Amino acid sequence: MKIHEYQGKELFRAAGVPVLEGHMVTTPEEAAAAYEKLGGKIAVVKAQIHAGGRGKGNIIDNPDQKGVVLCKSAEEAKAAAAGLLGKKLVTIQTGPEGQTVGKVFVEAGCDIARELYLGIVVDRVSCKPVLMVSTEGGVEIEKVAEETPELIHKEGFDPAIGLEPFQVRKICKKLGIEGAAAKSAFKFMTAMCRFFIDYDCSLAEINPLVITGSGEMIALDAKITFDENAMFRHKDLESLRDLSEEEESEIRAGKAGLSYVKLDGNIACLVNGAGLAMSTMDIIKYHGGEPANFLDVGGGANAAQVTEAFRILLSDKNCKGVLVNIFGGIARCTTIASALIEASKEVGFTVPLVVRLEGTEVEEGRKMLEESDVDVITAVDLTDAAKKIVAATA
Amino acid sequence: MSILVDKNTKVICQGITGNAGKFHAMGCRDYGTQLVGGVTPGKGGQDVEGMPVFDTVEEAVQQTGADATMIFVPPPFTADAILEAVDAGIRIIAAITEGVPVIDMVRVYEKVKASGSILIGPNCPGLITPGECKIGIMPGYIHTPGKIGVMSRSGTLTYEAVWQTSSLKLGQSTCVGLGGDPIVGTNYIDLFKLYQEDDQTEAILMIGEIGGSAEEEAAAYVKEHVTKPVAAFIAGRTAPPGKRMGHAGAIISGGKGTAEEKVAALEDAGIVVAPSPAEMGEAVLKAIKQA
Repeated sequence: MKIHEYQGKELFRAAGVPVLEGHMVTTPEEAAAAYEKLGGKIAVVKAQIHAGGRGKGNIIDNPDQKGVVLCKSAEEAKAAAAGLLGKKLVTIQTGPEGQTVGKVFVEAGCDIARELYLGIVVDRVSCKPVLMVSTEGGVEIEKVAEETPELIHKEGFDPAIGLEPFQVRKICKKLGIEGAAAKSAFKFMTAMCRFFIDYDCSLAEINPLVITGSGEMIALDAKITFDENAMFRHKDLESLRDLSEEEESEIRAGKAGLSYVKLDGNIACLVNGAGLAMSTMDIIKYHGGEPANFLDVGGGANAAQVTEAFRILLSDKNCKGVLVNIFGGIARCTTIASALIEASKEVGFTVPLVVRLEGTEVEEGRKMLEESDVDVITAVDLTDAAKKIVAATA
Repeated sequence: MSILVDKNTKVICQGITGNAGKFHAMGCRDYGTQLVGGVTPGKGGQDVEGMPVFDTVEEAVQQTGADATMIFVPPPFTADAILEAVDAGIRIIAAITEGVPVIDMVRVYEKVKASGSILIGPNCPGLITPGECKIGIMPGYIHTPGKIGVMSRSGTLTYEAVWQTSSLKLGQSTCVGLGGDPIVGTNYIDLFKLYQEDDQTEAILMIGEIGGSAEEEAAAYVKEHVTKPVAAFIAGRTAPPGKRMGHAGAIISGGKGTAEEKVAALEDAGIVVAPSPAEMGEAVLKAIKQA
């Protein structure tokens, strides 16, 4: 689960990770008032979307309107907010269609002496959380990792203990952080690693992380992703979820206990198991088609879930055909077949439907489909299924 | 021979009184697995379909001589259940549960590695030595005893591969579902070592997917240490970046973990990579012929 920068910073403040004062607003007038409230000479107006690269990104059809704007008056703050709110911001992470800006964050300015990058992830190779700090703040970390990986300093840590003091000293030495800034860095990095563990993050990124003229380390950004699997112990975080940032059909699928990702093609697929679902997309493409989605109905799918899955697939206006690929293990082919028959009565198929069944209770399942009045094109194996759906939708 | 489990393996089920635990424990017993009991804290002394239930794993091991366990407890309690099995000296721990927090697995991973136990999963279908011992949720009847070692990060895709190798009369030595999470107890390399030394295994099929770099690491290992024929398939060539494809671990992030990179690394190591999921069995045949 992703959250907005302003939400991340509220959590940071409570966890002792230094941030600047700021206010989240939803209208240009409020942005002007927030500027006055901050009382400084400069403030920064920042678009709040769940994607990085906002500073370099711009509003669609308005290349001059960047996602992050430095303002020197209440009027400028108001104008910046007006230029962003309700419009689509395109960044390197949003894709060409962009993401609508519903909120902006008006934050106090500060005296920046250095810009750094800080990130924490769970490293899959060492199987540990790893703190990464780089001198290359403010730029895309992916680029740094690609071109100059030696500039990223990494320290793995034990989740029960957190970052050890010597690890902070190593990082400071490598980055040339001394004196007051080193003290501030110790407090900052220790608190940040604690935060990552306490909140079950899967990603925490601060870019830029700054050191001020007086040697204070401050988070100017907060990009946080929580581990969905750990949400059961963070019920309070649920209220931070912003559904307007998520694809509507994906929210709907989530509610039905389905794992669904919308894609741009026109052949919808319904599969049991994540690996097989991905492979079904792959084989559609391999035979010249374009998959419209990833959909895993899971092992214990019941009729209601499968019916809802069909509704979601058919509500995609690009959908020209549906491929059902089931390898029955726990999920029985008969369950899927009867759900399919139920769903067709309720939803009504207007596009070609190719079904490939294999595994537990396959003969009975196939027979049920044959005897029903659902218009099904049956396939004997994966290749046959892919070829038939591609032909039927061509 | 085979790897990890065989007809002598004595298995318990942690979470045997739950619906899923009971259903699959009985499925394993019906297959022929030596199921010797189960564990559910607070329900010791009960009986599930003739199987004794114990309060602790330690007790179950003392009374039954179990050396393997399959874990079906809910995600909030899975880490604890794994650690309890490690503490009791269980040799093979298969954690089937999906949805375990990754930080829990960081803690568990260290302890498992420091012990003599082998953890398979979590978020996996389990493992099976056809005709001898099934520990997990896979449909037993698609498997046939034979000579291919199959390992995979996915469940149903493994069934597909097993089906194809069974149809080609190759059969399987032992099939292992590694699990779809970012941190799992056993990886490809651990199993390559075992398959390489196993007499029954004549060729190895590894099924990977997008996300992480386990396949690339495995490819490098195969190049140096594996002399048996190896075939592979990578799922997710059409997966978009930044989206979690069902499995918590199946995500392309920061441009890393793409299918293209993995396929290139595998081919570079001389592994036959199936271009489509329908050709996994054929890829194994090709690898055997090339050798």
